[in-house]
Amino acid sequence: MQSVGLPAEPLVVIQPTKRWSLLSFKDIWAYRELLFFLTWRDVKVRYKQTALGAAWAILQPLFMMIIFTIFFGRLAGVGSSGIPYPVFALAGLVPWTFFSNAITASGNSLVGSANLITKVYFPRLIVPTAAMLAGLVDFVLAFILLVLLMLYYQIVPTIQLLFLPVLVLLTALFSLGVGTWFSALNVKYRDVRFALPFLIQLWLFVSSVILPSTAIPLKWRWLLTLNPMSGIIEGYRSALFGLPFDWPALGIASALTILTLVFAIYAFARVERSFADII
Amino acid sequence: MAPIIRVQNLSKQYYLGGPSAAYSTLRESLMDLARKPIRALRKNGSAPQLWALKDVNFEIERGEIVGIIGRNGAGKSTLLKILSRITEPTTGQVELYGRVASLLEVGTGFHPELSGRENIYLNGSILGMTRKEIETKFDEIVAFAEIEKFIDTPVKRYSSGMYVRLAFAVAAHLEPEILVVDEVLAVGDYKFQQKCLSKMHDVATLGRTILFVSHNMGAVSRLCQRTILLDEGRIVKIGPTPEIIQTYTVSNSLGRAEYLQPAAPDKAMHLRRAAILKDGEMRAEVGYHEDFSVHLEYEINRPVSGGNVGIGLFAADGACIFASADFDVHPELLELREPGYYHADIDLPAQWLANGMYVVQVYLSSAAGAVVYDCPEALVFTIVDTGTPGSKYGVKRLGILQPMIEWRTERTNP
Repeated sequence: MQSVGLPAEPLVVIQPTKRWSLLSFKDIWAYRELLFFLTWRDVKVRYKQTALGAAWAILQPLFMMIIFTIFFGRLAGVGSSGIPYPVFALAGLVPWTFFSNAITASGNSLVGSANLITKVYFPRLIVPTAAMLAGLVDFVLAFILLVLLMLYYQIVPTIQLLFLPVLVLLTALFSLGVGTWFSALNVKYRDVRFALPFLIQLWLFVSSVILPSTAIPLKWRWLLTLNPMSGIIEGYRSALFGLPFDWPALGIASALTILTLVFAIYAFARVERSFADII
Repeated sequence: MAPIIRVQNLSKQYYLGGPSAAYSTLRESLMDLARKPIRALRKNGSAPQLWALKDVNFEIERGEIVGIIGRNGAGKSTLLKILSRITEPTTGQVELYGRVASLLEVGTGFHPELSGRENIYLNGSILGMTRKEIETKFDEIVAFAEIEKFIDTPVKRYSSGMYVRLAFAVAAHLEPEILVVDEVLAVGDYKFQQKCLSKMHDVATLGRTILFVSHNMGAVSRLCQRTILLDEGRIVKIGPTPEIIQTYTVSNSLGRAEYLQPAAPDKAMHLRRAAILKDGEMRAEVGYHEDFSVHLEYEINRPVSGGNVGIGLFAADGACIFASADFDVHPELLELREPGYYHADIDLPAQWLANGMYVVQVYLSSAAGAVVYDCPEALVFTIVDTGTPGSKYGVKRLGILQPMIEWRTERTNP
């Protein structure tokens, strides 16, 4: 251990923030290892002391698929763009489950980390981000189930499959935006904890998980495009099953995702410094 | 020499019961919004404010260990939280010429389900260590914590001692230029505490700077050369530790050093004044190493026989430590007290009462007729820990008294 030389300029100047100083991305980069460790912790801890363990990541979408198949596929005879309904539904449920779990986990992450936030400094944005990233492991597991089901139905993917990573990225970014905003809101308004499950339930019905967007009357379909999740989920189906992409819907979804993310980070940064005082 | 920490005009304001005081619900916020116009009309009707820190200025040089003392609510924790960037100041600024690690608690972020090994990595990275640093220090940390055998056991199965040892071991291996430590030494067993203290000392001799907040004057006087005394968010004094502890002990007026009553000629016996005195000076705080006296003044307005003046000393929790009456040593007072104004001093020895708060009850009565004339809880004082045997060695001793008693120990079998 060598003695430490003092820099001429202060390493850190602590001052009241006057404006939102574009959230120190440099700071977040400096703490990237913490982001890794928090994500790793969330992954490791998630299924501790559960009998079924990581199987939960598969069971959730699997049972939803079975239920949807019985009620919507068989009983209601919902159209599914020429794809067998079970695999149609699962292709929507896998990203949907990721999204709903990610925004729940992120939304509650800051409040759940009150102990950390009041004791140690680090860029707070790491907390909801880690909560979202941890969900990706479940997403991959559930995706394996989807691949198996596609094999069973002998659905051969086309070149469009190459678009899949973009869709995963979009899903992750949109989840991050929504989750981050809710996490900041949750610090001040604990209503979020109660509103979120309710909101997710409603959101499911307008996200083209159960029905293809084409089942909605043309007059109302533009409303659906205002929900990025609808465009994204339809995008997954196009990429997986070789159906034609709805480019305008995907474009709007991407634009809205970026808008959501920018807004969420702005809202987050505005209140970030006071978290420790109110949480 | 250039300072490593420069604090300038630092202030921090909290709103009490205001919108940001506690977490609120949306409904409350909407209600607030609805009330706001009315509130604006009322002027000054806004939420009460509290300056947790006000115009704090100081500089700390590299390699110093500086203590921060003060009563609860003096602003110590707020200062630490600002220095460790957990909360931000309302005005003013801090310049830090080095990497800061704060230790406001040991084991921050420990997860009970994870193993010791996993928690070392997690906690280390939360405290700001890089993965490389943790890897190189890993064995040292495990050895320091003395938990080699349990390194792969989930920490929820650890005893509390093991848990704290592991937590502190990680923290002790931080190598920041500035270490900010809150009262974390109050945990763990004596032997381990000594180890931590000497580790902290080593850290400082390597040119690192430590800010140490504590209520334990023993630990502060052992570790710190310089100390900052805070009161109500302001710096009262900065200087050499013994001098600052002295100031703190004397000025801190928690308690009631004096009890005064006007004359009451209609009562046969009447307590006029009671006080805690040290060298003729009134004190509500007395150091463990100081002797002091309880001073009483009372008037006798009619001859009283069978009269009795006594005091009872009670611990803060209400336990009676002793009761004593003047006729114990002066039986003649029991027979007759002539009218007049009396003074009495009861001397209490140094190094006898443990640190803590005490209440003195004064008792004036006629033993014969069982008439109680006066029985106020007249005085409240605190014995300040200026190094009780317990605190010196880092443990809380049992018992209300912490007397220094002579031990005659001989070795008979050489």
